[in-house]
Amino acid sequence: MSWFKRVKEGISTSTKDKKATPDGLWYKCPRCKKTTIKEDHVANNYVCPHCEYHHKIGSEEYFHILFDEAQYKELYDNIISGDPLEFVDSKPYTKRIEESINKTGLRDAVRVGVGKVDNQHLVVACMDFNFIGGSMGSVVGEKIGRAIDYAREHKYPVMVISKSGGARMMEAAFSLMQMAKTSAKLALLGQEGIPYISLMTDPTTGGVTASFAMLGDFNIAEPEALIGFAGPRVIKETIGKDLPKGFQSSEFLLEHGFLDFIVPRTQLKDQISTLLYMLSEKKTRQRKEKIEAAKSEA
Amino acid sequence: MTTFDFEKPIAELEEQLEKATSIAEKGKVDMSDSITKLEAEIEKTKKEVYSNLTGWQKVQISRHPERPYTLDYIQGICDEFLELHGDRNVKDDKAMIGGFGTIEGKTYMIIGHQKGRNTKQRQMRNFGMANPEGYRKALRLMKLAEKFNKPVITFIDTPGASPGLEAEERGQGEAIARNLLEMAKLKVPVLCFIIGEGASGGALGIGIGDRVMMLEYTWYSVISPESCSSILWRSWDFKEKAADALKLTSDDMLKNGLIDGVVKEPIGGAHNNPAEIFATVKKEIKRLTKDLRALEVDDLVMQRIEKFSHMGSYHEI
Repeated sequence: MSWFKRVKEGISTSTKDKKATPDGLWYKCPRCKKTTIKEDHVANNYVCPHCEYHHKIGSEEYFHILFDEAQYKELYDNIISGDPLEFVDSKPYTKRIEESINKTGLRDAVRVGVGKVDNQHLVVACMDFNFIGGSMGSVVGEKIGRAIDYAREHKYPVMVISKSGGARMMEAAFSLMQMAKTSAKLALLGQEGIPYISLMTDPTTGGVTASFAMLGDFNIAEPEALIGFAGPRVIKETIGKDLPKGFQSSEFLLEHGFLDFIVPRTQLKDQISTLLYMLSEKKTRQRKEKIEAAKSEA
Repeated sequence: MTTFDFEKPIAELEEQLEKATSIAEKGKVDMSDSITKLEAEIEKTKKEVYSNLTGWQKVQISRHPERPYTLDYIQGICDEFLELHGDRNVKDDKAMIGGFGTIEGKTYMIIGHQKGRNTKQRQMRNFGMANPEGYRKALRLMKLAEKFNKPVITFIDTPGASPGLEAEERGQGEAIARNLLEMAKLKVPVLCFIIGEGASGGALGIGIGDRVMMLEYTWYSVISPESCSSILWRSWDFKEKAADALKLTSDDMLKNGLIDGVVKEPIGGAHNNPAEIFATVKKEIKRLTKDLRALEVDDLVMQRIEKFSHMGSYHEI
């Protein structure tokens, strides 16, 4: 049985001395399977340079992409969920919340940041899909409501980045009423002539679509995002047929007249900045330089 | 008449009563004693059964096939009604009806989901599941009411907004969202009555009112107990458990401050005495409209927005 015995010494390397490639040096696109150096992928706003697949990102990444020098002030991060119905499914809701907080380092499915985009003020409420599927419970409704109030108080434009599976079932009717709450707050914002931009990302469904996501003065979306009211599975079960290709995609919504435009994430900041500038007509330094550069190039 | 399992003890007693009465009618035996006893027994059993209903049993009553629907309420309450059709864009949604109705000389805009009584009607009414054009018709009529300063009454009774290819193509989400925003700032009193099923965004789409009232045996939540069961427990068998967990009954909703009041129904449900429930709802409409008309328009709108703004359960740490 000698062939089972290690004859030569020193072939095995102890684990601590193993020289493996460090984790996260490469990003492998789940769609085209091609690899990109992680740094380049981040620099490209988490969009695959080969196939333009938009990797799902969270609020932190969006804030970094949008705000000048990644500088922003986070607002209302002290709000955490209650358990109004003492809901228990496979585990108690309070435990689910606690575990999600520990797992994600987030306090709920939305964060609010205020900062500058090309030197123009903007309030951004951005949803996090990692936190219970980006579902809308009382905290999401309250924070979006307060973000709108903050925008009204300071006369800053406001943007909501949606990424949500819809309602948070463990808050049942409380969750439902967040649709009413956020829409009512937007009614107030609209009366004051403050711009509201809604950016829909993959996925935006259910009660989020049927409230603040669709109520933007500007409804925009990332490419190829799933956007709809009823989930594809529910519709498929209802009609008993397969859904047409591209159904409920950003491109489908644009075609049917529900989006102003689709914006690739690589151009997100630029487009938002342009929009804000067109509304305020304030020439910021960056804006001036950009226009001059474009002119001299021409 | 459809009888649910939990109503069997009552049905059995009623059967006995019927027999006793028919014997008495033939005049051969004096049955008055046992008839009185049975009647008392029935009353007692009814009270017992209907005061201890579970969430799921209330859901069943809310779907009772003989329960009055929106058009029944309109007929039972209004002196006159003129139905107005269409969203001026795509088509006329038969799952959502509306029009001007008069109640004792006052005109109201009355809007509601409409279910059907038989297979053909149910199909025509799409089981009370409105499409985007239904919500847009409702909004058009509400704006009309605002223009002519008439209060809005909505009757909510839907298993949900219609899920389908066309509904998505025409923007179901946008249609409901628009209604929420526009109803929040409507410059006339808005009363909402949940008369049967109040399922999710489909119900809320005509549910932003100064006073949102639930009839006693109705339910209102973000999802039906069946769907909740299938999502959380991956099977439809836990609907009773889901109905309890969702706290979807009128009592729970009032306790949680998510509605403004509960309208008492005839014992066992509105279908047992439609005339009685019509009278009750009519009285409520008159009372609530009077209260709301006393407010300045700006206060009315602000109070409505404030009310919904305060709904939620969270902690600040």
